[in-house]
Amino acid sequence: MDDNRTLLGVEWPVAPNSSALDFAPSAQPVKLDSEPIIAVRDLLHRYQDRTALSGVSFEVRPAELFGLLGPNGSGKTTLFRILSTLMVPTSGSATIAGFDAIRQPAALRRHIGVVFQAQSVDLKLTAYENLWHQGHLYGLRGPDLKTRINEILTRVGLLDRSADRVEIFSGGMQRRIELAKGLLHHPEVLLLDEPTTGLDPGARRDLWQYLQILRDQERVSVIVTTHLMEEAERCDRLAILNEGTLVALGTPEALTREIGGDVILLEARDPQTLAERIRNKFHVDATVMENQVRLEIENGHRFVPDVVEAFPGEIQSLSVSKPTLEDVFIHRTGHRFWSEDAEPPPETGKKKNKKKLPH
Amino acid sequence: MATQTATFPATAPASAGVLLPAFTLWWREVVRFYRQRARVVGVIASPLLFWIVIGSGFGTSFRSGQSAGQQHYLNYFYPGTLVMIVLFTAIFTMMSVIEDRNEGFLLSVLVAPVPRAAIVLGKVLGGTTLAAAQGLIFLVFAPLVGVHFTLASFGLIVLTVFLVSFALTALGFAIAWPMDSTQSFHAIINLFLIPLWLLSGALFPLSGASGWIRWLMYANPLTYGVEALRTLMYPEAPSAFSLTASILTLVLFALFMFGLAFVLANRRTTKPAA
Repeated sequence: MDDNRTLLGVEWPVAPNSSALDFAPSAQPVKLDSEPIIAVRDLLHRYQDRTALSGVSFEVRPAELFGLLGPNGSGKTTLFRILSTLMVPTSGSATIAGFDAIRQPAALRRHIGVVFQAQSVDLKLTAYENLWHQGHLYGLRGPDLKTRINEILTRVGLLDRSADRVEIFSGGMQRRIELAKGLLHHPEVLLLDEPTTGLDPGARRDLWQYLQILRDQERVSVIVTTHLMEEAERCDRLAILNEGTLVALGTPEALTREIGGDVILLEARDPQTLAERIRNKFHVDATVMENQVRLEIENGHRFVPDVVEAFPGEIQSLSVSKPTLEDVFIHRTGHRFWSEDAEPPPETGKKKNKKKLPH
Repeated sequence: MATQTATFPATAPASAGVLLPAFTLWWREVVRFYRQRARVVGVIASPLLFWIVIGSGFGTSFRSGQSAGQQHYLNYFYPGTLVMIVLFTAIFTMMSVIEDRNEGFLLSVLVAPVPRAAIVLGKVLGGTTLAAAQGLIFLVFAPLVGVHFTLASFGLIVLTVFLVSFALTALGFAIAWPMDSTQSFHAIINLFLIPLWLLSGALFPLSGASGWIRWLMYANPLTYGVEALRTLMYPEAPSAFSLTASILTLVLFALFMFGLAFVLANRRTTKPAA
């Protein structure tokens, strides 16, 4: 096992390298910072009876922390499967690091690391064994693999537990092993599917800090799918998906700036009538959403006394807030991220927990 | 120790090849199995119980019709039980193909630059190793049923058990790979794999079987496996086929099953994780 050259009497066709890992000169030139590392064009995917993605296009720049935000049924899991080469789309193209996901999956897979939402770690094996097998899948072996495993375990803070079976780890620790598995082979691109599922707030923070370090120090391009606004806000840029279409693309700041003002929510006994009267009196666009009157208005704090004085006693409660990504979502789609009565469409193949957004 | 700073290296990892991933999948399969003690006992316990109870139950009331002497059913049923152990182990290990792919290590394998051939080879050889090992463990009971080994006969028995294990594991893989849920796999086990075993001469001999059953048994490749074992264990009793014919059929069966598994694993469809 320690011999790099032969194993079980078979001569390995790969020449060993004296540097830390088995690297061979790549036929691909180094990517310039301006060229996208991921390019998705008109991606369309249909399951038997429904269209999960209808013509999605976007680009991800190198060393960017990119978010895919959307509720369940928005198509982000389908997109994730296509990007990680688990699935071939019905039509369209996706290119990562210059390789076509449909035509060149084997070459592409060397450049990506994937952290699934589902558990992909083997519970019956130890942390070390899991990484050892993982390394073999990428052509890493021998003492170089061992060095790399210890290195990545140190990075995720689990070096002292390397000989323990993963089944005794806590949820957060298991996630860290998953992360270690995804990063073992130094991928240029890291794909994570809802990586903070089931983690407590401290662990979530740690994970996001680590992703930022990856981006800054190792120039890894990180793509994260999420349905949590507060996570999406920490991305460099994000794509918001709704029912298979891209409804917004840009930095969180640019997107929320679009709203052009504050968001005011009014509770009243008869929201419809109040909305009508506000429209007539102030000539602002007032909509009713879930029994609340909703206004987008500049300098909301100045508007507050005006509206309260105009309808004395009618307003039960009022809130003024800076626009959030959910407001961007509402602005673009006309409905809430999670609506109280609508049932999110079922995800094909996987069981998903319907998560309500914290308000 | 920190890795390279600032820029990511412009080079890509070398290809993993076929043998290293196949080895690692094989090794993992074997280690996993033996770490689940309940399973290890389970795949032997059931057939063992069957053998003891049914064998003793039929006892000497069993007459194989054509044969000169008369075998106690424990003796007759012995090779079939060994094959049953192999079948159960093969089924168990291949069930993991379905489970692992929705939520398990196989997910990582599918997104790694591993050729599909390596996946098939690793999983099938892993399952074969386990099925053959469990089957061969059953040979400890051989002296109880009057089986005497020579070096040659033991070697051939090991070969036969290996071939049957390989063929059944590959068959299990070919069935499991296109499936979405373990429920469908359970249905196939009950409707196809168990009948395959029932019609292999494990329970009743070819000679006395009525017309259409006899034809099914001839067509069933597993029959040749059971018959080969029977010939090797009880050389005095008459056998339906020559040993060479049986082993040859097994080899063809194994190769065909592996080929099928290989072709199925190499398809790329628009289904999830196919």
